[in-house]
Amino acid sequence: MNEQTAPTTILAQGLCRDFGNRTAVYDVNLELRSGEVLGFLGPNGAGKTTTMRMLTGNLAPSAGSVAICGIDMMDRPRDAKARIGYLPEMPPLYRELRVDEYLLLAAKLHRVGRTSLCPLLVKAKQRCGLNDVGRQLIGSLSKGYQQRVGIAQAIIHNPDVIILDEPTAGLDPNQMREIRALIRELGAEHSVILSTHILPEVEAVCDRVQIMHRGRMVFNDSIAGLKQKQTSLEEVFAQLTLGEESAGEIQAQ
Amino acid sequence: MIFTIACKELKTLFASSLAWTLLALVQLVLGWVFMGRLDAFLEIQSQLVQIANPPGVTEIIVAPVFAMAAAVLLMATPLLTMRLIAEERRNHTMTLLTSAPISMTDIVLGKFFGLMIFFCSVILLVMVLSLSLLMGGSLDAGLLLSNAAGLLLICACFAALGLYISSLTDQPAVAAAGTLGALLGLWVMDIAVDDGGSIMRTLSLLKHYESFNRGLIDTFDLAYFSLFILTFLVLAIRRLDGERLRG
Repeated sequence: MNEQTAPTTILAQGLCRDFGNRTAVYDVNLELRSGEVLGFLGPNGAGKTTTMRMLTGNLAPSAGSVAICGIDMMDRPRDAKARIGYLPEMPPLYRELRVDEYLLLAAKLHRVGRTSLCPLLVKAKQRCGLNDVGRQLIGSLSKGYQQRVGIAQAIIHNPDVIILDEPTAGLDPNQMREIRALIRELGAEHSVILSTHILPEVEAVCDRVQIMHRGRMVFNDSIAGLKQKQTSLEEVFAQLTLGEESAGEIQAQ
Repeated sequence: MIFTIACKELKTLFASSLAWTLLALVQLVLGWVFMGRLDAFLEIQSQLVQIANPPGVTEIIVAPVFAMAAAVLLMATPLLTMRLIAEERRNHTMTLLTSAPISMTDIVLGKFFGLMIFFCSVILLVMVLSLSLLMGGSLDAGLLLSNAAGLLLICACFAALGLYISSLTDQPAVAAAGTLGALLGLWVMDIAVDDGGSIMRTLSLLKHYESFNRGLIDTFDLAYFSLFILTFLVLAIRRLDGERLRG
C-alpha cells in the first residue's frame, strides 16, 4: 500500500502533560498511517508510557489533541477507544480466568457483537499461538504465554490501531522472534506503535522511528531514510539521548 | 456492558476461594445464631401460650438472625470491596477496563451489581434457613420479606461505600481497613447519643435497618438508603473519572 495515500489512523498534535510542576511530555506530535509500524524509542523516563496512555485515552492531556481514525478522543472517547488495542507495560491479565474466558471478556468489553465472538477468538488465538492453552488458567502459564495472551487481548477486536508497550520484555530469544514476526504480520493490516528498548528489534520490524527524550520528540525518520544516510539507529539514539561526549565515544567504538 | 462487568466480577470472585470461604463462614455463624434462638424459643414456648398476643416464631427467631446477618456482612464487605478497584489497580488489570470503550459509570455499576448478586446469594441462604421453620409451624411472610428487603438495602449501602473507598487507593489492605472503619463508625455512631432526634441517630446505618428488622418499611428509611447508595456510587464514578485528569 502506498504510504502517502493510506488513511491516517493516529493523529496526535501538540500533546503536553504535566504532573504537578513536572512536565512529563511536551509538545509531542505523532502521525501514523494504516499499514505502518512505528518504533517508539527513548530512555527510561522519557515519557513514552505517558504518551501511550494519552493516545489510548487512559490519561487526559494537559494540552493538545488525539484523533483515532479522525475521531477525537476527547469528544467521542467510546468510538475512539473501540478502534484501539492496547497492551500496557504490565499486561492486564486476570490470573484466575481461563485464556478463553479472558479473551472473550476483552472482546465483549470492546463491544464485539455476539455472533462474531467465536470466529474472532479462534483467529486471535491462532495468530498468537494460543490454540493449545485455551482451557488453562492464565496464572498457570509461563511468562511468554502470558505476554501472548496480552497481545491477543489487544488484537481480538480487530482494532485499526495497536499500541504495544514493550511487548518482548522478559521473553527468551525464540519467543522474541515469534512476537516480532507477529508484529510484522499485524503491521500489514493495522497500524502498530511499538515501544521497546531493543534497537535491532526496531530495525527489523518497524517502518519508521520516533525517539523521545526528556518529554520531547527529538527524532522522526523512516528506517529506509536511516539506511540511506548510512547511520545506525544506535548512533542516532546515543547522539540524541546522551551528552555529546559520551555519544562520541560510542561512535569511536 | 454493565452486565458483562458484573459477570466478570462474579466469575473472578467465585474462581477464588474467598467467596466460598465467606459463604461458608457466614452460613456457619448464622446457623449457630439460628439454633440458639430456636433453642430459646422452645424453652419459652409454654409461657408464650399464656400471653394474650404472643410474639411469633418469626419475631423471636428470624428477626435476630437477620440482625446478626447485617453485622456479619458488615465485617465481610471490606474483604469483597477491596478487590473491586484497589486490587485491580495493584494487579494492573484496571487498564483493561479503562482502555475499553466503556464509561466509568459502566465500570462502577458493573462492579456494584456484581457484588450485589453475591450478597443476594447470601440473603437467599438466610431466607432458606428461615423457611426451614415452615416444617414445624407457620411464618409471618411480611416480616420475613421486610427483613430480606432491609438486608438487601443495607448490603447495597455497604457495597457502595466500600466501592468508593476502594477507588481512593491502590492498596487493597488500606481499602479494606478504611471500609471497615467507616462502616463500623456509621454503625455505632448513635451509641453515645441519648437524644432520640439527634442528627447522629439519623445518620446511623443501624437505626434505619432496625425498623426493617421490626417489619416497618418507612419511606424515610428508604430515602436514606437510596441517597446513601447513590451518593457513594456517584463519588466513586467521579473519583475514577478524575483519575484520568490527575494521572
